[in-house]
Amino acid sequence: MDDFLAARSQMALSLGFHIIFACIGMVMPFFMAIAHYKWLRTGEQVYKNVTKAWSKGVAIFFATGAVSGTVLSFELGLLWPTFMEHAGPIFGMPFSLEGTAFFIEAIALGFFLYGWDKFNPWFHWFTGVIVGISGLASGILVVAANAWMNSPAGFEYVDGKYTNINPIDAMFNDAWFSQALHMTLAAFAATGFAVAGVHAFMIKKGKNINFHEKAFRIAAIFATVAAVLQPLSGDISAKDVAKRQPAKLAAMEAHFKTEKEAPLIIGGLVDEKANEVKYAVKIPGLLSWMAHGNSKATVTGLDQIPKNYHPPIAITHYAFQVMVGLGMLMLSLSIIYFITLAKKRSWLRSPWLLNLFILAIPLGFIAIEAGWMVTEIGRQPWIIYGIMRTVDAVTPMPGIVYSFYLFTAVYVSLSIIVAFLLYRQIKMVGRIYDI
Amino acid sequence: MLYIVIAFLWTSIWLYLLLGGADFGAGIIELISKREHKSKTRHTMYRVIGPIWEANHMWLIIAIVILFVGFPKIYTTMSIFVHIPLTAMLLGIIARGTAFVFRNYDAVEDRMQSIYNRIFVYSSAITPFFLGIIAASTVSRKIDVGATNFLSAYVDSWLNSFGIAVGLFTVCICGFLAAIYIIGEVHSSDDRQHFIRVAKKMIVAAFVAGGLVFIAAHYEQIPLLDWIFGHWIGSLAIGAASISLIFLWISLSKNRAILIRLLAGFQVSMILLAATYIHFPKIILLKGGASLSLVEDAGLNKTIEALAWALLLGSIFILPALFYLIYSFEKKKGIAH
Ligand code: HDD
Ligand code: HEM
Ligand code: HEM
Repeated sequence: MDDFLAARSQMALSLGFHIIFACIGMVMPFFMAIAHYKWLRTGEQVYKNVTKAWSKGVAIFFATGAVSGTVLSFELGLLWPTFMEHAGPIFGMPFSLEGTAFFIEAIALGFFLYGWDKFNPWFHWFTGVIVGISGLASGILVVAANAWMNSPAGFEYVDGKYTNINPIDAMFNDAWFSQALHMTLAAFAATGFAVAGVHAFMIKKGKNINFHEKAFRIAAIFATVAAVLQPLSGDISAKDVAKRQPAKLAAMEAHFKTEKEAPLIIGGLVDEKANEVKYAVKIPGLLSWMAHGNSKATVTGLDQIPKNYHPPIAITHYAFQVMVGLGMLMLSLSIIYFITLAKKRSWLRSPWLLNLFILAIPLGFIAIEAGWMVTEIGRQPWIIYGIMRTVDAVTPMPGIVYSFYLFTAVYVSLSIIVAFLLYRQIKMVGRIYDI
Repeated sequence: MLYIVIAFLWTSIWLYLLLGGADFGAGIIELISKREHKSKTRHTMYRVIGPIWEANHMWLIIAIVILFVGFPKIYTTMSIFVHIPLTAMLLGIIARGTAFVFRNYDAVEDRMQSIYNRIFVYSSAITPFFLGIIAASTVSRKIDVGATNFLSAYVDSWLNSFGIAVGLFTVCICGFLAAIYIIGEVHSSDDRQHFIRVAKKMIVAAFVAGGLVFIAAHYEQIPLLDWIFGHWIGSLAIGAASISLIFLWISLSKNRAILIRLLAGFQVSMILLAATYIHFPKIILLKGGASLSLVEDAGLNKTIEALAWALLLGSIFILPALFYLIYSFEKKKGIAH
């Protein structure tokens, strides 16, 4: 592995690790706020227990998210100094606002976690809501920074110089809205299904049924609503990518030849040498329709893009297929759940429905990782699309490979410990909150 | 506008040193305590620091964001040439942050606890040690942007006796801050006597480490003495710090919790002031006489302006909330007992 590849892998690993914790830290406070609200309204002890049990889990995720985020803010410079030297002043606005959001989140979390029975109950509830809102705000802001890398704005690039900088325009670049919307929904869907699945598992085991059913219901509603909206927002993203980054769209679809009435390619093996996809199902005209809202439109293929500006095609394509495939699965499960709620209440405790939710535990997170691979790998070879290439941004320091090995070891062990801790939390629920 | 941003940068570093420092220090004290005092330190610390724990470490992030948005050249130069100690510090931050949470939130108490504790106390010492090394590298004129081989570019920039001495000094300062802080938080007079003894030991240790810093500076040909005593602000700051140390020693024995906290905070602030004021607005002294300056190497006006507004706006929200957080847990303490 050379140092450049190591730097890219280390960045991907750190972000891929952080995103899981960030999503949970962003979404769980809302679940807690609902449970907490119900407790304050109805006085049913079980809702208080749900809130408390969740808040313990969140504290673990929050701190892990915070340290991995701290690492990221250094890594941007440690690995991509040339990028940061030029990009920092331009896309820094969302990061500086994000700092505020984090701070508020940290303060509110202090009130929330340590404030049980110490404050007016509604003030205490409110601090929990603030944790959620500021977490969401930080997620949106950081995604706006990433969107700037895909769709640079707020400066002029003349003769290798960045002039006429406007940080506000940079923040509200063309891609920020579609990406932020899609990311937010993804966080709700992924966290919602993961939490719902864990409680479904406990319901099936017949432990603390009342507790777990209440928890399941809160998580499942968030998850399913988000999962229904997700493909709609994905469609907005795809149209946006088609406009801004034709190379990425072509790689996502493994669309080699520019053509009218372009077909949507599903499955298949990408052969980057022969410029074709083997054994795939092709639906005529659908890609044209998805990208441009018209099944006759022309879709730019990779043949229109100079070879040295091609992103890695196979990975981008497979990652896109995984994301969309999982999105469809989650959509189907959501529809089943809505039917259950509306017509077939008796299904709620049936093992097959619970099993489906248990199987869905990791789906959202896999889709999130896949989606980010699409975005980031599909942008290659650019770090700032059309402006700066990733190779030109990497640190001159040799030996990044060792740093990559080190961080890999750290992240792998952390993941194991966090999983172990959560397992213990969940196992203890019965003993602590037995009612 | 630039000076507003610089003020925020300085304040974040200052608060990180005081609050984050006390936080690291609690781990350091736990590390050097005998077994019977370890758990006392641990529990006291969790009770008082728990609620503001996340907030204490936000100052570092604020400082970093200010650097990379407002002073990208400074941020990237550090990132490239002190990569290795920065990475070591990050590993320390990861280890410490996660161990803190794990030991407080693990639902089962068993042998794992002692593993978390061990990771926590060691990383509590390692992290500020590397922070000190990194700080030292900014003034030691060892960062060589023209270096051609690995050692002189990426290792000699920070690995020297001056850096190590400053690292040790930082560790001692953290321990000192924590000991002073904990004195006001324990209730039995036995405990108080114990932490007063710890505080005194830490003062002695900081004193010795401070001496080492001067010796190492001399050895590395860093004109530290000239810097500090060549300017009245430096002399005044160090003079004030030394005099207040005497007061501190006396008040320790009389155990006046608030006064000694103020004095300790004052001292550490004076040391930071002396260390940063002398070169202001230069912030990194490079090998061969060049330097990076907060004024000349700041980002463009537009960026600085936006950053200043973001910081001002942020502090309108943050500061009252933070004060209320600290105040309310301070007030509720009485009730909780
Ligand atoms: C639960 C997770 C999840 C699910 C089910 C989907 N996505 Fe997604 N997708 C993401 C999670 C995600 C993401 C991880 O959040 C990304 C990465 C960057 C971003 O803004 O969102 C993303 C990026 C992303 C992009 C690239 C945006 C860019 O580079 O600017 C497109 C075109 C789509 N998605 C389209 C879809 C479509 C058509 C879906 C149909 C079902 C879909 N996504 C489901
Ligand atoms: C959290 C979700 C994210 C994941 C999983 C992710 C994933 C990745 C991956 C896979 C790469 C390597 C691409 C390659 O080399 O082929 C990468 C690179 C990078 N990402 Fe992301 N990314 C995420 C979000 C972000 C955000 C929010 C930012 C910045 C604001 C960002 C900045 C970068 C940078 C600077 C690189 C290195 C340069 C490059 O390869 O383009 N990423 N990321
Ligand atoms: C898509 C990508 C990202 C999303 C959605 C995201 C979101 C979040 C959220 C919601 C948190 C709050 C912690 C929690 O609640 O668990 C967080 C923490 C943090 N993130 Fe990220 N983040 C992303 C990428 C990044 C990047 C690229 C950086 C660095 C430049 C970063 C820096 C941080 C920092 C410093 C923290 C700690 C703040 C704290 O203590 O609360 N994040 N992130």
